[in-house]
Amino acid sequence: MRLVLEKRAEASGRMAILSPVIAIALTLITGGIIFALRGLNPFSALYVFFVEPLTTSWSIEQLIVKAAPLAMIGAGLAVSYMANVWNIGAEGQLTAGAIVGSAIPVFFPEFQSPPTLALMLSLGVIGGMAWAAIPAFLKNRFGTNEILTSLMLVYVIQLALDWLVRGPWRDPKGYNFPKTIAFSDWQLLPQFQLLPPSVGPIYINLGAIFAVAAVVALAFMMGRTLKGYELRVQGIAPRAGRFAGFSREKTVWFCFLLSGGLAGLAGICEVMSTVGQLQPGISPSYGFTAIIVAFLGRLNPIGALVAAFALAISYLGGESAQVALGISDKTARVFQGVLLFYILACDSLILYRLKIIGRTPGPAEAKA
Amino acid sequence: MNDQLLSVILTIITASTPLLLAAIGELVVERSGVLNLGVEGMMAVGAVSGFGAALMTGNPYVGVFAALAAGAVLSLLFGFLTLTMVSNQVATGLALTLLGLGAAGLMGESFVGQPGIHLERLHIPGLSEVPLIGPILFGQDFLVYLSLIIVAAVSYVLFRTKAGLIIRAVGDSQQSAHALGYSVVGVRYLCVMFGGACSGLAGGYLSLAYTPQWVENMTAGRGWIALALVVFSSWLPWRIVAGAYLFGTITVMGFSLQAYGIGIPSQLLSALPYIVTILVLVVISGNRALMRANTPACLGQPFVPDR
Repeated sequence: MRLVLEKRAEASGRMAILSPVIAIALTLITGGIIFALRGLNPFSALYVFFVEPLTTSWSIEQLIVKAAPLAMIGAGLAVSYMANVWNIGAEGQLTAGAIVGSAIPVFFPEFQSPPTLALMLSLGVIGGMAWAAIPAFLKNRFGTNEILTSLMLVYVIQLALDWLVRGPWRDPKGYNFPKTIAFSDWQLLPQFQLLPPSVGPIYINLGAIFAVAAVVALAFMMGRTLKGYELRVQGIAPRAGRFAGFSREKTVWFCFLLSGGLAGLAGICEVMSTVGQLQPGISPSYGFTAIIVAFLGRLNPIGALVAAFALAISYLGGESAQVALGISDKTARVFQGVLLFYILACDSLILYRLKIIGRTPGPAEAKA
Repeated sequence: MNDQLLSVILTIITASTPLLLAAIGELVVERSGVLNLGVEGMMAVGAVSGFGAALMTGNPYVGVFAALAAGAVLSLLFGFLTLTMVSNQVATGLALTLLGLGAAGLMGESFVGQPGIHLERLHIPGLSEVPLIGPILFGQDFLVYLSLIIVAAVSYVLFRTKAGLIIRAVGDSQQSAHALGYSVVGVRYLCVMFGGACSGLAGGYLSLAYTPQWVENMTAGRGWIALALVVFSSWLPWRIVAGAYLFGTITVMGFSLQAYGIGIPSQLLSALPYIVTILVLVVISGNRALMRANTPACLGQPFVPDR
């Protein structure tokens, strides 16, 4: 008895839609088992973890706050991975964006007008792009593996951030805490009311609007433009892409600048809203979780938006489970990892059919 | 002065050994044509399992075995996905790292702040007491020797035995190996597990010998540096030793310079291994002839036997 895969005649459309759903279901079952092993009632624990975050207007606000950076980064990564460009250093590009954008309030705390906001956001994008440009350049110029370089740069920029907020950029009146001065007024993202108070007031900040805009723009690019076609061809059939004359170098640049810029934007939005100043630990690993978002969304920008909500729930659920059940908030990280495993396994079922067969003679034995 | 030099050399050896262990394991995996980016995750789980098992039994050797076993089990998960389910190797490796780091953090929560069990160093009366040379050659913990033995064994097996020929055939030309009747998937499973065991061992070394304690994220990117070392070695086992010791030296230099308090920010010194990794990758990858000569031709390619 063993498991074998049999190639399907054509990709299964049904599995393409079902696979993320199956993956989430399997993750929930695994989660229930983990909770049961820890002596908790699996159903109430799963309820606390995955349903409670959706029940109050405050928690829905928080959900959007967490989903926005995940969607923004995840959509950019989805496009990159689709084109076979492996940027896994989004966490570093996020940090770079946050640092560069924060230069404005640090050096010009008195500069307060609408252009402040625009300038900080643009610098955030530029910071992320600049940090992503390094692996792109090294890949094109020297053929250096972009996975390793983009990841190494995460450590480098995080140490740079640490140095800045403990050294030259530290708030002199901050009692020696490693952080810059608190941002104010035009250095913070404006908030909008999404739903009226009668329903339960829900506020969102500009970051959420950027996220949706980015997702829609990327979905349009991938589905309706020549650029999107070019990227998809290079991912699915690299040889065909070469024969078609698509430049691999340009694609590497394009994907890194795009995904890096979006990660940088997510970074500056974080410090301009949730955090309110530059400090170490500005992101709960959004840049790495966005990798899961990209895959759960089946490398489709719209899918990434949906997936971002699923993973945002796991962040919030982790927090509420810690309070309500006394289990570690690290459980959320495990669920996220398990989820990615299930997605990858289920994705195979789009192209292959799983078969359990009895022992058959291998080709060598058959010959003999 | 002699004492200082000795302690620096000993620290370099302990800093290099985990890199060496993880990289030599990954080298075998990649020689068989599989790219496992989950080294960091397997190391983290190895570190926490080794620490926990040693703490519970009071025996560091049980810890070493637990670390090895944990790495192997985790790699089996990777093997099942990439080899049986033919999932994307890059993505699955990343998943393994994310899962491993998360699981290690969760498993190790109760270990934070606990004093660890130290893997003792060898002591041969007489020999270990020879000034300078004695402690370096005869006064290490057994994993230091084991790491070098593994390199020698891998080098011998890969290039001097039939088994090694099969591994390289599977990595360089999976279709031919399959046509000759070798089980491509089977060979790869074994290599992936060997790599997992080595990564687990490397993690165990961190929490039992390098710094006998458990801290979250204590692997600090060493798994990724090990992956870079495999490229640095251009897939030749003995060059891994050179690379690992080079990186161990750089790490320790960073610490020592910090201790002397020269006006360099400590963060820059901590960033040194990562920056050097990038520079080394650039230099090696720039040499296309070298890369073409040894890179396993089927690295990262999925294989489904047609029937």
